[in-house]
Amino acid sequence: MTTPPTDQPSPPQALRVSLFVTCLADLFRPSVAFASIKLLEQAGCEVTVPLSQTCCGQPAYNTGDYESSVPLAQQLIKQYEGADYVVAPSGSCAGMICHHYPRMLEGEWRERALRLAAKTFELTTFLNDIAHIERGERAPVELPGVTYHDSCAGLRELGIKSQPRALLEKLCDTQVSELQQTEVCCGFGGTFCAKMPEISGKMVEDKLSSALATKAQILAGGDLGCLLNIAGRAKRNGANIEVRHIAELLSGELDSPPIGQGKQ
Amino acid sequence: MASSTAPLSAKASSDGSASLKQTSNTFLENAHAALQDAGKAERRDLMALFTPIVRDAAMKNFGHFEALREHVKQVKQHSLEHLGHYLNQFEQAALHNGNHVHFAEDGEQLNSIVLDICQQHSARRIAKGKSMVTEETGLNDFLKRAGLKVMETDLGEYIIQQAGETPSHIVGPALHKSAAEVRELFFAKHDLGERELAETGDMVSEARRVLREHFLKAEVGIIGANALVAENGYTMLVTNEGNGDLCANLPNVLVICTTIDRVVPRLEDATAMLRLLVRSATGQPQTCYTSFYSGPRREHDIDGPLETHIVLLDNRRTEILASDYREMLQCIRCGACLNHCPIYAGVGGHAYGWVYPGPMGSILTPLLTSLEQSNALPNACTSCGRCAEVCPADIPLPDLLRDLRHDETKQKLSSSRWRLGMRLHGWLARHPALYHAVTGLAISTLHLLGARKGSFARLPLAAGWTSQRDFPAPQGRTFMQQYAARQRQEKDSEHKAAQNPGKDTTASRATSARAKAGRGAARRGAAERIEPSLRVDWPRKPDPRRPGGVRPAAEDSGKKPGAHPGGPRGKKPRRRRDHD
Repeated sequence: MTTPPTDQPSPPQALRVSLFVTCLADLFRPSVAFASIKLLEQAGCEVTVPLSQTCCGQPAYNTGDYESSVPLAQQLIKQYEGADYVVAPSGSCAGMICHHYPRMLEGEWRERALRLAAKTFELTTFLNDIAHIERGERAPVELPGVTYHDSCAGLRELGIKSQPRALLEKLCDTQVSELQQTEVCCGFGGTFCAKMPEISGKMVEDKLSSALATKAQILAGGDLGCLLNIAGRAKRNGANIEVRHIAELLSGELDSPPIGQGKQ
Repeated sequence: MASSTAPLSAKASSDGSASLKQTSNTFLENAHAALQDAGKAERRDLMALFTPIVRDAAMKNFGHFEALREHVKQVKQHSLEHLGHYLNQFEQAALHNGNHVHFAEDGEQLNSIVLDICQQHSARRIAKGKSMVTEETGLNDFLKRAGLKVMETDLGEYIIQQAGETPSHIVGPALHKSAAEVRELFFAKHDLGERELAETGDMVSEARRVLREHFLKAEVGIIGANALVAENGYTMLVTNEGNGDLCANLPNVLVICTTIDRVVPRLEDATAMLRLLVRSATGQPQTCYTSFYSGPRREHDIDGPLETHIVLLDNRRTEILASDYREMLQCIRCGACLNHCPIYAGVGGHAYGWVYPGPMGSILTPLLTSLEQSNALPNACTSCGRCAEVCPADIPLPDLLRDLRHDETKQKLSSSRWRLGMRLHGWLARHPALYHAVTGLAISTLHLLGARKGSFARLPLAAGWTSQRDFPAPQGRTFMQQYAARQRQEKDSEHKAAQNPGKDTTASRATSARAKAGRGAARRGAAERIEPSLRVDWPRKPDPRRPGGVRPAAEDSGKKPGAHPGGPRGKKPRRRRDHD
């Protein structure tokens, strides 16, 4: 075998990514974090997971307890500001860092928040736009019909819309069957769903009906909060639809039961 | 915000004014009642589907939404920053045009000023155009109690006046009413004998006939204003029915009731705003009627009022201007945030329990009345951001709502359980080791209890959640537990391998390396520890902007797609809080 010509570009240096697991993935759906690591590595990244990470402070912030959320923001900044890239499998957590940290902090902390925001990405945005992930060696897992819920924070704070669809097409040969009113909130809204359950119930019922109307067998999304909400309602209604995080679909890690479903 | 001053509505409601009886504090009960009415709920769902489509189509045809809204925002902010100057300029110009100009500090003052004008002219009948400001002050009831007959002339306002209701929407006050309800209402209220009123058009014609009579008899006309033009003292009004112009031109006396925050410097500022206002409100490029009122009839004019008054209401707007909520004064009252709010769509305008509903109402109500009376409203928000996305004045509505929740927390108006829960969670999350231990234990327990079914139909402390949906059980142990266990395992096997170098065959190292990669347990430097021949080189596209390489992180600052530091439009933080 001849050696390749020397004018070939040298192999690119791996992107070094610090994963922000997010508290919901940590607690409720570790498979999302493992799938994220797998996908990032497939995209040629070196992934580290800071072990002291907890929560980005969003629950307190959105409830209006800024005093509790500011120290959590500062803690996260300290944990992650040394990273080359920070990636989170959640639009709302990445949005919290990119959009809200610079708003809620001041002075030197705001500068640090802005620097962190500039290198923080939601998973599908990072895989598609920055790391330019390609297919793995294995053939993609065949997916039945997939519909997609655009979570509000990711959509409006970070402009996540085409990335998950592009990745589903590229890695899984899957076209999304679009929901009617896909950009309307599912009714999760953090503590909103518990503070105003009846209104939230109406909203998630609408979302679920739209999903069922697509005849898709899987509803995917990029934010576990929304997915837990929709999956919980689907389970309550006995609706025949699987709810999964997009990282699980893209990585082909479909061994664990869908969200809210038991081991059968 | 100055919530310490006595709320307007409390003062007003003490004299029995029906339209001002505020029920914002029972928002959840109001919402429950609204959701029970299936017919109305379906109607609201249809409106929520239809109105955004119409608005989006109008903006798409227009094509300059972003640029013009930036302009309108700047115009509004500039006008507010120099409010005193422009109000003075407006006043001088309006006086020069022959108007009388009045300033009203609060709703009561506005009502009294208007009543005085009516009484000076011995007026008995008032023809009134649509005005949310007079809803705010409860003018109709006030005048009625003084023995005047006030007739609303905007079709929607007329309908709800006949029905004894309040507006459910700031642009379409009777959107909650079906054609069948209006038909029944007209049969009951209009003594016009046998008729069918089969079509909507028949009802409109009937209302027009009834109203025409009133227009001709009214001694005073009362209208609102969409803008006050400082440079020439004109007031601008847009309507689709022309009723505003009849109110303004047929009676001998015209009273324009509006608020101080409507003032803009120039005529072209008003028209710039107009281009966004109408598209945002109804999806039309322009309303059927756009009028500028300069003043009373001049010598050579053939018609118009003989006397004109402009009443400029403050009612806490100067307080808002001085507060962290001043951006709310940029509002041009288009109603787009209502039309795009899924909560407004769900429960309708009346559930909000005061004059202004939806996102803008959930901010204005606490500011214009008190947070104590309305602290549920800022919580009627999922922070979905759809309202801010379409707001033609670029008001960060979700941020203002969150700030009101912050005020609610600081003033301890929210439930103590929530406040304590958040503080506890915040404290725990600041102690990672303890956080991981506690969550690890709780999650393992929840997993054990719920793994078989996959979810819980009921769960202590989660009644709000489980009243509407199952609570999905955790998948297993926490990620942090699993990840830490894997790392320990790897360390152990590396340690063993180091102790028995002879047994460390290429094959076993390959397995270990692949297992690492496959399990996704790579750490910084892990890639270097794997033999180059065993590393999986995933094919990757090189960065087009950097031939042969991948952009280092430093180059990304501020240029990446998607995430924008400081907000989607690169905003500076609006305000700082005292939380550092």
